[in-house]
Amino acid sequence: MDALDNITLARRRARTRHRMVRIGVYGAAITAALLAAFPFLWAAVTMFKQSPDLYVKANNPFWFNDPPTLKHIKLLLFDTNFLTFVRNTVVVGLAVTIITLLLSLPAAYALARLIGVWGERMGIAIFFVYLIPPTLLFIPMSRVIANLDLQGSLWSLILVYPTITIPISTWLLMGFFKGIPRDLEEQAMVDGYSRVGALTRAVLPLIFPGIVAVIVFAFTLSAHEFIYALTFNKASAVKTIAVGVPTELVRGDVFFWQALQGAALLVAVPVALLFNLFLDRFISGFTMGAVKG
Amino acid sequence: MTARALRRRRYLLDNERFLAPIMMAPAVLYIIALVGFPFVLAILLSLSDATVGNPEFDFVGFDTFSRILDDPVFRRSLRNTFWFAIISNLLVVIFATILAKILVADFRGKWFVRFLVLLPWTTPVSLAAITWLWTLDSIFSPIDWILRNLGLISDNMYWLGRPGLAMSSVIAVHTWRIVPLAAVIVMAGLTAIPNEIKDAADVDGARFWRKMFAIEIPLLAPIIAVAVLFGFILTVTDISVVFVLTRGGPTHATQVLATWAFFKGIEGGALSQGAAIALFLFPVLVAVTAVILRLARRREVL
Repeated sequence: MDALDNITLARRRARTRHRMVRIGVYGAAITAALLAAFPFLWAAVTMFKQSPDLYVKANNPFWFNDPPTLKHIKLLLFDTNFLTFVRNTVVVGLAVTIITLLLSLPAAYALARLIGVWGERMGIAIFFVYLIPPTLLFIPMSRVIANLDLQGSLWSLILVYPTITIPISTWLLMGFFKGIPRDLEEQAMVDGYSRVGALTRAVLPLIFPGIVAVIVFAFTLSAHEFIYALTFNKASAVKTIAVGVPTELVRGDVFFWQALQGAALLVAVPVALLFNLFLDRFISGFTMGAVKG
Repeated sequence: MTARALRRRRYLLDNERFLAPIMMAPAVLYIIALVGFPFVLAILLSLSDATVGNPEFDFVGFDTFSRILDDPVFRRSLRNTFWFAIISNLLVVIFATILAKILVADFRGKWFVRFLVLLPWTTPVSLAAITWLWTLDSIFSPIDWILRNLGLISDNMYWLGRPGLAMSSVIAVHTWRIVPLAAVIVMAGLTAIPNEIKDAADVDGARFWRKMFAIEIPLLAPIIAVAVLFGFILTVTDISVVFVLTRGGPTHATQVLATWAFFKGIEGGALSQGAAIALFLFPVLVAVTAVILRLARRREVL
C-alpha cells in the first residue's frame, strides 16, 4: 500500500513538473515573440489609425478610438513613389541574383571539388572579403560609379551588389557541393559525360535546395542594402525601398507616420514569410559550409 | 569546328588543372575589380586631399589622418563604435542562446512564433529602424504611454533626445536586430549536438541547467563565436540604424565611425577625410576576426 502511494505521488510530481515546463516554454516563446515584434505590432495598429486619433497623447495607442481607415495605405500606394521603389528593388534584386548564380556556382564547384588545399584557402579568402564591407568602400566606390557615369542609374547597384552576394553564395554553395558524393559525377563520367556534362546533368539538380537558398539570400541582401543605395542614387525615380522609404516619406519635419509604418510592414511581412519557408535549408547550408568536409 | 578541335576542347574541359581556374576566374576577377581596386583607391584617397569639388589626387601623406585624429567628433565616434559593438554583442550572446533554446523546443504555434521572432532580422534594417523611430517618438511613444499609465513616469522619456538614453536606444535596436540571426546560427549548432551525448546526459540524470552549462555551452562555444563574429561585423559597419534614428545626435552622442564617414565624406564632400575615417574600421575588423577565429579554433569540438 505504501509503495503504491509512493508511485502515485511520484507520478503526480512528474506530471506537475511536466506542466510547469510546458507553461515555462509557452511563456518564454510568447515573451520572445512580443519583444521581437513589438515595433511591428505598433506599426500594424498605426497604419490604420486616423490622424485625430493617433496624435492625442492621452489616447490608448493600441486601440482604435476612431474607426480604422485605409486612407493612409491608399496615400502610400497611389500618391507616393512607394510602388516605384518596390519595382526598382525587384529589378535590382533579380539582376543581382542572376549575376550571383552565374559567377558563384562554378566558383563554388571548383573550390569544393577541383582544387584540394587551395580550395580551403580560397574559402577562407572569400570569408575575408567580409572584412572589407561596403562601409569601408562606399566613398571610393562613389568615385568609381561617377567615372563610369552610372550615377542616378539602377545599373550602379546591379554592378556593385554582387560584391556582397558572391562571397557568401559561393561559401553556401560550396557546402552543398561537398554534401554530394564524388562517386556520382565519376559514375556519370564513366557513363560518357564530360566533366561539365556530369556537373550540369547529375550534380546541379541535386543541389537545387542550395540554389534556392542562394536566390532568397541574394535577393534579400540586395533589398536590405542601404549605404551604397544612399550614396549613389539621389533621384527618387531610381531609389530602392530601403532608401526611398526613410528619405522620401519624410518631408522636412513632416512625418507621414501611418504611411511610413504601412510601408515598413508591407515589406517586412512578405520577406519574413519567404525566409521562414527556407529557414531550415538556410540552416543546413550554413552548417554544411561550416563543417569541414 | 573540326572533330579534332572538338576533342581537344573536350580534353581541356576535362582537365582539372585547366578547368578549376576557368571556373573560378569570373568570380575572383569580379571581386578583385570591385572590392580590391576600390580598397586601394580608399587608401590612396585617405593619403590625398581630394574633395567632391576637386577630386584630383594631391598626395599629402598622413595630413588627413592627423587632421581627423585632432577632431573631437572623430574621437567620440571611435569610442562610441567600440562601446556599441561590445555591449550589443554581449547582449546578443545572452539573448541569442536563450532564443535558440526556445526555438528548438516543441510547442504549438511554433511556426508563427518563429515568423514573429525573425521579423527584426529579415526586415531591411532601415525600415526596421523606421518602426523604432515611431516606437521611440518623443511625444507619442507607446512605451511612454505604458510607463505613464503604470505611474512610473510623469513626463515623457525622450528616448532619442538625451545623450545617454539615445546611446542605449541605439544599442538596444542593434541587439534586437541581430539576436534572431545569432539565434539561428546557435540553433544550427544545437541541432548538430549528437543525440548520444544528449541521451547520456539524460541517463546520468542531468537536469536543464546542468545540461546547459556542462554540455551545451562548451560544445556550442565555437559556433557562438561565429555568431558573435557576424554580429560584430554587422554592428560596426552598420550606418542605417544611427542614420534613421538619430543622425548621430544629440550633439554627436551616438555618432559612430560609419555615419561620421558618411556625413564627412559624402554630405560634407570631404572625400579624403571620409575615406580615412572609414579605413579606421579595417584594423578593428581584422583584429577582432583574428581573435574570434583563434578562440573558435582552439575549442574546436563540433
